[in-house]
Amino acid sequence: MADPATDPASLENEFLAAIENASTLAELEEVRLAALGKKGRVSELLKSLGGMTAEERQVQGPLINGLKLSLSQALDNRKSSLETEALNARLAGETEDVTLPVQPTGLSEGRLHPVSQVTEEIVTIFADMGFSVAEGPDVETDFHNFTALNIPESHPARQMHDTFYFEENEDGERLLLRTHTSPVQIRTMEAGDPPFRFIAPGRTYRCDSDQTHTPMFHQVEGLVIDKDTHLGHLKWVLETFLSTFFEVDGVVLRLRPSYFPFTEPSMEVDVQCARAGNEIRIGEGSDWMEILGCGMVHPNVLTNVGIDPVVYQGFAFGMGIDRLAMLKYGMPDLRAFFDADLRWLRHYGFSALNMPALQRGLSVDEGV
Amino acid sequence: MKFTLDWLHDHLETDATLDIICDTLNRIGLEVEEVIDPASKLAGFEVAEIVSTEQHPDADRLKICTVKSGQGEQKLVCGAPNARAGLKGILANEGAVIPANGMVLGKAKIRGVESRGMMCSLAELELSEDHDGIIELSENAVIGTPAAEALGNNGFAIDPVIEIAITPNRPDCLGVRGIARDLAAAGLGTLKSDTVQAASSDFESDIKIKVATPDCPVFAGRVIRGLKNGASPDWLSARLQAIGQRRINTLVDITNYISFDRGRPLHVYDVSRLSGTVTARAGQAGEKFMALDEESYEIDENDCVIADDKSVLGFGGVKGGLESGANEATTEVLVESAWFEPIAIANTGRRHGIDSDARYRFERGVDPQSVLPGLDQAVQMITQLCGGEVSSLIQAGDVPDNQQEIAFDPHRVKSLTGIDLTEDNIEDILLRLGFEVTRQKEKWQVKAPTWRPDVHGSADLVEEVTRIYGLDNVPSVPLPSDADITQAIQTQEQTRIALARRIMAGSGLTEAVTWSFIAEAVALKFGGHPALKLANPISSELSNMRPSLLPGLLQAAGRNVARGLSDFGLFEVGQVFTDAIPGGQETVVAALRYGHVKPRDWSGPAEPLNLFKIKADALTLLTAYGVQTESLQVLRDTPDWYHPGQSGVICRDPRTPLARFGALHPALLKDFDLDGPVMVCEIFPMAIPLPKKKPSRSKPVLSLSPYQAVRRDFAFEVAADLPADKLMKAARGADKKLISNVALFDAFTGSAEGAGALGEGMKSLAIEVTLSPMEATLTDAEIEAAADKIIQAVEKATGGKLRR
Repeated sequence: MADPATDPASLENEFLAAIENASTLAELEEVRLAALGKKGRVSELLKSLGGMTAEERQVQGPLINGLKLSLSQALDNRKSSLETEALNARLAGETEDVTLPVQPTGLSEGRLHPVSQVTEEIVTIFADMGFSVAEGPDVETDFHNFTALNIPESHPARQMHDTFYFEENEDGERLLLRTHTSPVQIRTMEAGDPPFRFIAPGRTYRCDSDQTHTPMFHQVEGLVIDKDTHLGHLKWVLETFLSTFFEVDGVVLRLRPSYFPFTEPSMEVDVQCARAGNEIRIGEGSDWMEILGCGMVHPNVLTNVGIDPVVYQGFAFGMGIDRLAMLKYGMPDLRAFFDADLRWLRHYGFSALNMPALQRGLSVDEGV
Repeated sequence: MKFTLDWLHDHLETDATLDIICDTLNRIGLEVEEVIDPASKLAGFEVAEIVSTEQHPDADRLKICTVKSGQGEQKLVCGAPNARAGLKGILANEGAVIPANGMVLGKAKIRGVESRGMMCSLAELELSEDHDGIIELSENAVIGTPAAEALGNNGFAIDPVIEIAITPNRPDCLGVRGIARDLAAAGLGTLKSDTVQAASSDFESDIKIKVATPDCPVFAGRVIRGLKNGASPDWLSARLQAIGQRRINTLVDITNYISFDRGRPLHVYDVSRLSGTVTARAGQAGEKFMALDEESYEIDENDCVIADDKSVLGFGGVKGGLESGANEATTEVLVESAWFEPIAIANTGRRHGIDSDARYRFERGVDPQSVLPGLDQAVQMITQLCGGEVSSLIQAGDVPDNQQEIAFDPHRVKSLTGIDLTEDNIEDILLRLGFEVTRQKEKWQVKAPTWRPDVHGSADLVEEVTRIYGLDNVPSVPLPSDADITQAIQTQEQTRIALARRIMAGSGLTEAVTWSFIAEAVALKFGGHPALKLANPISSELSNMRPSLLPGLLQAAGRNVARGLSDFGLFEVGQVFTDAIPGGQETVVAALRYGHVKPRDWSGPAEPLNLFKIKADALTLLTAYGVQTESLQVLRDTPDWYHPGQSGVICRDPRTPLARFGALHPALLKDFDLDGPVMVCEIFPMAIPLPKKKPSRSKPVLSLSPYQAVRRDFAFEVAADLPADKLMKAARGADKKLISNVALFDAFTGSAEGAGALGEGMKSLAIEVTLSPMEATLTDAEIEAAADKIIQAVEKATGGKLRR
């Protein structure tokens, strides 16, 4: 009768039971040490192979090695299942209420003003047509705002401008706030040589305040001067701009003769639109809406900046940025633009990374 | 400019409908603002006669009228006091819509009596305010005639009224005949020939006229005596009423009429009020006159006046005087037809704030050649309507010659507009507009009509041709792409400004656009230039150009707090004004934070705002501009609107601040309806030098250490007022090659007890220094040596001691 303390089969039964009963990794480690540790009973048994005869070893060797292998596997299996249990227990204790609210990040909170967004949209479109961006001062001279633009003193057109003036300075000069962005044409042409192709967005001022007028507003001016530039080019530029800006195919324009002292011929441009409540849809329907003024630059204006009107000619246009923003994005009231009401800005404003780009149709609708 | 359709038909032979006329007006540059067609509301109304009346059995004031209309007889109940047998008026049939109230007329029982239809008052038809009874037509009105026609025949204003916006270059269209001429040129009919005939004279007047100022080169007149002034006939009243002109008396109404019919202002003087020569001359300081509007005007040397030997009669071409004007008792008049310099008229009108129909026309340019025809027309109308005999012509000065002759190359039409038109087409349009054309190959000589003072050169002629031919014919031609688009379209400054908006919004701030002007007191507090004050501000709150964006943002913050918002951030990117010259402005960025960094929530109490949040905002933008923040200094000398102890100036060179940040000075809070703290910053993108242009976009080589970096902590006891920055810079400078980072991880003052006690007036600053060797892993000895260097450098720079 074999000794159960050294009999491989008995040892196997005993240790497999112990492994099964170990309920923690520490207990399992004790079992491992008792069986396979340096002084473990299976290790002792393995050592005893050395003292056996060849015949005995041939019988006992595979038995004892088999025992070791079997216990190692059992230990590994048990260890792995104990680890899984321990992890599960830990995870159960680590549960959080994932419905708790978070604080918004800056990116989701911050907004750009619609005027900034729309100005960038305009710049993006015109940049694609090769227009650069020119700038000029808000405080202007009478010469740049009026005289150079073929609006002499006492011209009735001056009355249409409701100009803000400063008091006369020591030189007897009366500075003013520019009533339109057109003086940027003058300054840019004075400083360079033709050809010219630029837009000039910026703040403009008129002494007027009611439902639809604010004493400060934004305009963008456009100017192209070259040798052969004509009204047909202007029409194409405006069609291209308005279609791209309003993101509709084939905006239909109506040109109406009008009058601006600095252009000849002069015209106002209407776009085809449909009105549905507060919403205005450009490019469909049967209504017309006036959207901008334009014309061929008056020869006197070219002469005033030292350009020969016999050699050079071109067109200019001007439109209200705030109004374009209102038409595109549906703000009903111009005065709200300058009130800085956060509720309004959060509603009508644009997020920091919503940058105008032409590769995906200028603007991104909320929700992409 | 308003006119009636009927009036237009006086001058234009056309079958065109009202809609086509309006479309054409728009197409040729005479923008239609409004069309009012009273007749369009009069369908279902006709002429009817009250055959008999009887008293209503149950109402004292009501009558039962038997009315005869085109459809026979019917009975209706009427309460008008003037309802009586034999009266011809306007009947509203069943189903008609009453214009005044939109009511649909049905069968009714009025106090038990059936009533069919209604006899109407002018007010019910919206033809006047007149509620005094029902309309009374003349006896010869024909029963059954449509109301519109009958009312028109009886002198009521029922003709469609068209209002057009006339641009300042088109004085010729400030008269109906000019509009008719333009429409005829556009192919809408034929301009009728003029019915005005040259006046003949019955006697010589002894009244003398003189011109003594270049502002009035010609003054012509005729005297008409033995006339009878009174109320104007119905047709004249109706026309003037339709276009919103007050009826005064026949003489005055005639001058008003001609002003609108021909754009030719005239004036009539009551001869009995004149003494001596009537002179057009420069005014004299101290002179005065009482105008028709019963305002007294003080005259100066720049005004052109009409005066007799005794007194000033009026401003020539602007406003007549009360004394010398025609009234109901007038029997003898002098009719003035003169021409005035537009600039003189504009100046007098502006100086005295007079907006009259005469000023409006003269300052835009009345046809000088209309002096005599205008006088003839007045004489013709006056003698027709008021009788009297006419004097011979009295004229001083000569009609100025304003005929413009223009050398014109017809190819300009194509080269300026892209429209292909034959030379015959071009000539035809010009002729229809009254131009005279002499064709010679490419050099045409074109004479502009005298009523077109706006036409001076080729471009004007091109406009005339394309306007009449139709701008719809302008082709759409792609703009040649000759610009070098590989170059940046925006300047670097513009890119910086655009980037500022994206960066600030990305930091959670919301962009405001506030007024460029603010109240004077606020402007001065923020360093505003006193000369940047508007002479005519829209209100005292918007009077001075802003020297800083902060006042606008602070006011916006105040408004938002008042609306109940809390914990927010605003920014603006815009111009501030530094000097009273064009270009005395700079584009800056400013931001404001109010409330808490984080509101209270489940994770803990609210985190109050501190100035380091706004400092981070400023540095974020500077970093985006490529500024190396290690090389920056933070100084304390901020302007007065900052809290002196909680603000700083970020700069590389103290003379050029790149940004300022800090708490708003508490004394300013109440100016903006805010209870603190408010943190603000200002960043000056243009103060950062533009980077040098590099030959390529390639970035510098990145050399990373393959060896283990070592971190060591040091705590120093230093004076409480030592800027932490100084200590960190000293540590960093101890071994620039080895030290890759210095982070401040602890700072405290106080705790004067225990082992770690700090001395009085001292604080503890603790840093973590990262050593990154490039050549080999650091040995203990090398680490020790580096630590010693750091300690020495810090102690030397700060006067502090390592805490052990």
